[in-house]
Amino acid sequence: MNAQTIIQTEALRKVYGMGDIQVAALAGVDIRIDEGEFVAIMGPSGSGKSTLMNILGCLDRPTDGRYLLAGEDVSGLNKVQLAAIRNRRIGFIFQSFNLLSRTSAVRNVMLPLVYKREGQLSPKEREARAMAALEAVGLADRANHEPNEMSGGQRQRVAIARALVNDPVLVMADEPTGNLDTKTGDEIMNLLHDLHGRGRTIVMVTHEQYIAEQTERTIVLVDGRIHTDGHNGGA
Amino acid sequence: MATAQETLAGAPAKPQEKTGEATAVAALISPVEILRIAWEGVVRNKVRSLLTMLGVIIGVAAVIIMIAISAGTEATIADQIEGLGTNLIFIQASFGRGGPGGGGDSGPTLVFDDTAVIESVGGVAGTAVDQMASATVKADGVTLTDVSLMGTTTDFPSVRDVSIAEGRFFNETEMERSAKVAVLGAGLAADLFGESNPIGQSITVGTTKLGVIGVAAEKGVVGNTDFDAMLYVPIKLVFDKFTPTMFRQFAGDRVRLIYVQVEDGAGIDQVIQQIELKLATAKGVAVDELPFTIQTQQDIIDTQGATTAAFRSLLAWVAGVSLIVGGIGIMNIMLVSVTERTREIGIRQSVGATPNDIRLQFLTEAVMLSLVGGLIGVAAGVGGAILFGATSDMRTVIVPSSIVLAFGSAAVVGICFGFFPANKAAQLDPIEALRHE
Repeated sequence: MNAQTIIQTEALRKVYGMGDIQVAALAGVDIRIDEGEFVAIMGPSGSGKSTLMNILGCLDRPTDGRYLLAGEDVSGLNKVQLAAIRNRRIGFIFQSFNLLSRTSAVRNVMLPLVYKREGQLSPKEREARAMAALEAVGLADRANHEPNEMSGGQRQRVAIARALVNDPVLVMADEPTGNLDTKTGDEIMNLLHDLHGRGRTIVMVTHEQYIAEQTERTIVLVDGRIHTDGHNGGA
Repeated sequence: MATAQETLAGAPAKPQEKTGEATAVAALISPVEILRIAWEGVVRNKVRSLLTMLGVIIGVAAVIIMIAISAGTEATIADQIEGLGTNLIFIQASFGRGGPGGGGDSGPTLVFDDTAVIESVGGVAGTAVDQMASATVKADGVTLTDVSLMGTTTDFPSVRDVSIAEGRFFNETEMERSAKVAVLGAGLAADLFGESNPIGQSITVGTTKLGVIGVAAEKGVVGNTDFDAMLYVPIKLVFDKFTPTMFRQFAGDRVRLIYVQVEDGAGIDQVIQQIELKLATAKGVAVDELPFTIQTQQDIIDTQGATTAAFRSLLAWVAGVSLIVGGIGIMNIMLVSVTERTREIGIRQSVGATPNDIRLQFLTEAVMLSLVGGLIGVAAGVGGAILFGATSDMRTVIVPSSIVLAFGSAAVVGICFGFFPANKAAQLDPIEALRHE
């Protein structure tokens, strides 16, 4: 077992200044997540889990501390470099899907390839990769439909295809079942389990206990610190 | 190459690449994609795009039409100046010294008898005088007030290039005897008699009854004179009937203008010198004390040229302002669009769009809108100018450089006014943008 470390944070802090009052959303977080892990992050609202999610997803920068993503220190990168890291390393799955609503599914999935800078693909290759990703989530036949013609479950699967199309080292899922009914939510969870089974590293924020329990490991955040971090018994 | 299975699985045990290395980011994504994204933005909301373009369409069309109108006007004026008659000299009494009503004791004035002096100069082909008065004219139940009377001499039609459409102009005898005859300008004839033939009818001018002997052909406005509204009568009739007696005693048979036609080939400057010399001798003053302004046709062309140039630049400014207004329209809608599409911007940022990518997307969209708007505007402008020329009595001449100018300005407007909204979009924070409803 010589798994590569995907996420390693050291004394991660994020402080928001509100006039004279300084609020620490993260007050020193140390996490290590290895390749192939499926981790749930939980915590009451205001616990800092969204902030942690944003920093781990390279949408935001920590005030202090270090964040190594697949061995690369990304805590000091600028906006442009962070954008490139997100493009190359991270796939996002959001609660509200965040698809371009009047753009076909295949164009949505292609989006990360459009902003890919190194080894740019030809339009044909982009299309082929996007189609393969849609096929992987079982939506090849709906490739030319727009998201607003699709059900919530289908939309989330398009979003998953988009998250995977650039072959990221890390999949960040933010309440991926939050906008779905239980049955559809289960389907999406099955898809995530499938990804995990094939070796993907997934970090998922959720507030639903039974969703979190399906993962291998749950990190609970309270007041900007790790409250518990343990492997789930049943998984 | 890529299969569904590979996509789900990801590359296992991937070696660490670029560890710790500062990430250099390539400058541009594919230009084809930039164009495609911008184009999608334009067509996704067709009505809004069309409304956005409207300002530019109107601006570009306005530039082309305005310039076509002013070029048409210039061409018309050039034609009319040609129509003044060739080799013409205008001698006019200067105001200020012995001006109108100034009395006879303050120096020499331009009088009818000066024509005899002028005609004795070699190279002079003919003269005509022009003394204006105004009067109320009645005919057949129609009454017109403030009609311009032009008292003149028999050579007037040839010297001023006025042709007679019906009947004839008055002759030497009629002029000498102050015959009670009149020739009507085309417009005046229509106003007084409508469709019926004015020849042989009589009109009452002031208190004097005149017989109509001719109608002039249409000539339009030349300089400040509307030839079509003119009532031509023998100059001596003006002296006898339409000049206050007191005034005539002081001022003599004063005229406003003497037109001198110079023979072809005669040096116009020498003729002017000779006329000045003879007039000065006749009046007993030095040449530089002559209170007359002597102008050639060229002088008038130059003056007109300056006026039309001013007219043209005024129109160009008006059109330019409308282009700027069009640009502000683009900026407005783009700003709204950026706010409306905040979520889209967030999504693009989350998958790796850099601020520059976002800026370029919105800038390209703005330029695309203004270029498409510019193209439609060129079509509308050319079509509008042709239509305007065909349906109104103004002439239009489409100037090719105005099309280039208008289209180029539209592109510049797009870049300038697109930049601010594009920058605003680029500076959005991805987290905020993703949270935007």
